Amino acid sequence: MANEVTKTMPPNTRLLRTDASEVTVDIRTPDLEINFGPQHPATHGVMRVLMRTDGELVTGAQPHLGYLHRCAEKIGENVEWLQYLPYTDRYDYLASMNNNLGYSLAVEALLGVEIPRRATLIRIICAELNRIGSHLVAFGTYGLDIGAFTPFLYCFREREWMMSLFEKICGARLTYSYIRIGGVFNDAPPGWFEEVARFCDVFERKWPEYVDLLLVNQIYVKRTANVGVISREMALDFGLSGTMLRGSGIDWDLRRDMPYMCYGEIWRDGAYKIPLAKGEMGALGDCWDRSWVRVMEMMESIRIVRWCLDHMVDGPVIGELPKSLKVPAGEAYVGIENPRGELGHYIVSDGGKVAVRTRVRGPSFSNLAVLEDILPGSLVGDAVAIIGSTDIVVGETDR
Amino acid sequence: MAPALMLVQEAAPVAVGSGSNAFLEGLVAALGESLPLWALWLGAAVTGVAIVIGLISLIAMFSVWLERKVAGHIQCRYGPMYVGWHGWLQSIADGVKLLLKEDMIPRDADRLLFMLAPALVLSAIVAAMAAYPLAPGVFFADLDLGVFFVIAMSSMTTIGVVMAGWASNSKWTVFGAMREAAQVVAYEIPLGVALLVPVMVAGTLNLREASELQSDWYGMGWFMFKNPFMLPAFVLYFIAALAETKRAPFDLPEAESELVAGFMTEYSGIRWSFFFMEEYAAMFLMSALAAVFFLGGFESPLTWAAGEFFGRELFVAGVNGATELNLQAIPYHAVAGLTLLLKTFAGIFLMMWLRWTLPRVRVDQVMTMGYKYLTPLALVCALGAALWEAGKQALLG
Repeated sequence: MANEVTKTMPPNTRLLRTDASEVTVDIRTPDLEINFGPQHPATHGVMRVLMRTDGELVTGAQPHLGYLHRCAEKIGENVEWLQYLPYTDRYDYLASMNNNLGYSLAVEALLGVEIPRRATLIRIICAELNRIGSHLVAFGTYGLDIGAFTPFLYCFREREWMMSLFEKICGARLTYSYIRIGGVFNDAPPGWFEEVARFCDVFERKWPEYVDLLLVNQIYVKRTANVGVISREMALDFGLSGTMLRGSGIDWDLRRDMPYMCYGEIWRDGAYKIPLAKGEMGALGDCWDRSWVRVMEMMESIRIVRWCLDHMVDGPVIGELPKSLKVPAGEAYVGIENPRGELGHYIVSDGGKVAVRTRVRGPSFSNLAVLEDILPGSLVGDAVAIIGSTDIVVGETDR
Repeated sequence: MAPALMLVQEAAPVAVGSGSNAFLEGLVAALGESLPLWALWLGAAVTGVAIVIGLISLIAMFSVWLERKVAGHIQCRYGPMYVGWHGWLQSIADGVKLLLKEDMIPRDADRLLFMLAPALVLSAIVAAMAAYPLAPGVFFADLDLGVFFVIAMSSMTTIGVVMAGWASNSKWTVFGAMREAAQVVAYEIPLGVALLVPVMVAGTLNLREASELQSDWYGMGWFMFKNPFMLPAFVLYFIAALAETKRAPFDLPEAESELVAGFMTEYSGIRWSFFFMEEYAAMFLMSALAAVFFLGGFESPLTWAAGEFFGRELFVAGVNGATELNLQAIPYHAVAGLTLLLKTFAGIFLMMWLRWTLPRVRVDQVMTMGYKYLTPLALVCALGAALWEAGKQALLG
């Protein structure tokens, strides 16, 4: 009997039970291969995920990248040190200040120049404000992925103010090039610090809105809890960093553990904490945990900004550097805590005006790799939630 | 309570416009029988269809404007502000833009089905709209099977949606179409059963009669207050109606972030706007059913007062036995019609409010909710309401 059935079966069918007298035949249609992107509202840029789906179930996924490749690293080996700075703006365009900072710190490590205290504090204020802005976009667009439109605009309301603060200090709203090698481009205009303090106060009042409206919303929790779980081992194996790592419960933050500038001092003052996911709503390391970490980090950033405002000193904002910058021969790697994770700059200099090698470790690139492992087995709707929760910026994966 | 069977038998030859006969007779009297009757019938039919389509366009355009304003104000924006006062002409401007767009049909699409689908969707909703009573004495079709007709017709749109998804020959649209089919099948049941509760209380499927039955208690004798199972039934109905009209949090068939635009991904221009109009017309109809069967329909204290003051009969027997238009009753009918419209738009506003507040549920959660929770709860409601009504009859006679 079983043989007869086998003969007449189409090639894709499988026999589930051959020992029983009644043969159950599982008739399957081939999986649907579907291009999730590069033009899709939920890929956060021009990323493409080749998904195999069985109905609503994702059975396989492979992220493809390279749609936004601009040879940033190669450009870094062809232009002068300072000229490369505007290119750093463009990897993670939501956190340009942090990118500037990472590159500047790497070059300064070779230069050995002393950074004025005031410049350091302004740098931290800018980096943390930009972290808030970046997390606002991440959280807002994540709501958009889940289907909630309004929190996105609430997030953008505060981000708008953050951007106008940056506009006041450096004239640009997205690609700042404000943090320079040796310090910052210019001093803050009069009244700027007061406005930052006001921003902190207002943000603190608005922040509960995000939590109430989206983070603890029952539908949101149902959509994100136990979805896209990244275990501690998996997070370490894939080299995840930043919120993705802390979302899996691993206590690692470069600001505290490999302190740069005066983050170590701020930590010793007890001004900020490192929010660590505890798996409150589901398994540890699910999408909800990652978004929780982001929301909590915004408040920690506010605390760091407040600390800097309280300890602000007068003085110059840029160190003594020659007009034509020549960097001593050597190599340096500086990793900083970007909103998305560890942004590393590895530069090699032969003592000339141009870098011999510029290498950028983009956090989004490593964070993206995990998709291939956690997407299969989820639903199409979950896939969107998982991709959103990794919070990638495609400009950074491709550079 | 009239037995349901009898109702069906009575309504079997669906009396399209049993009430419009009065209107026609009035018309005949007015025109002095200068035209043959068939011409009048034809004229009335064509005018009726034209009015329904016009009404739907008007409702859709107003709803779109309202949606954008509501969304804007919820999101700390103004919404449209430039075209006309507070952007009230925005929908017309958008309509002109959509009309002027290039008519695009994908190369590998099934051309016939692709073109037919939006037309089917719109015509189904136009047909359903015919049961909407404008005022106690003004309606397109006084159907004894009113609710049944509306639900049947509005679920016809599903066929159009599935057709659109299949004909577009795109993977995303097929996803959207399949989701729509599954979702509508799952939610049609609780929707119908939840509507059965007021229908049982009313003893009629006719929208106008159901509304009339709520005119006691100075216009506050709404079915909502007449049976303890009505409130849960209303909540169940509203949730099911959200799913039925593909509104957030159940907008899975067109889930923007998941399926690009779901079944309408390949549509553009005026064809796309047909789907859009259908969505708003369906919202309107679902809210109208809620208003009629749960929230008193035409009835409110104001309507009651207007009825007492101006009289209720729009058509009265004249001196020679001919039907005459009673002009005095027009304010009452205007107030009644506006009351229903207001209640309907309150429902639409609630739907918009939910859409701009809540995230979207996942596809398996939609199914779980429909089959595991809404359907049994609706059945419990229906059983409870039936027992309550039977007990009331047994006790009160």
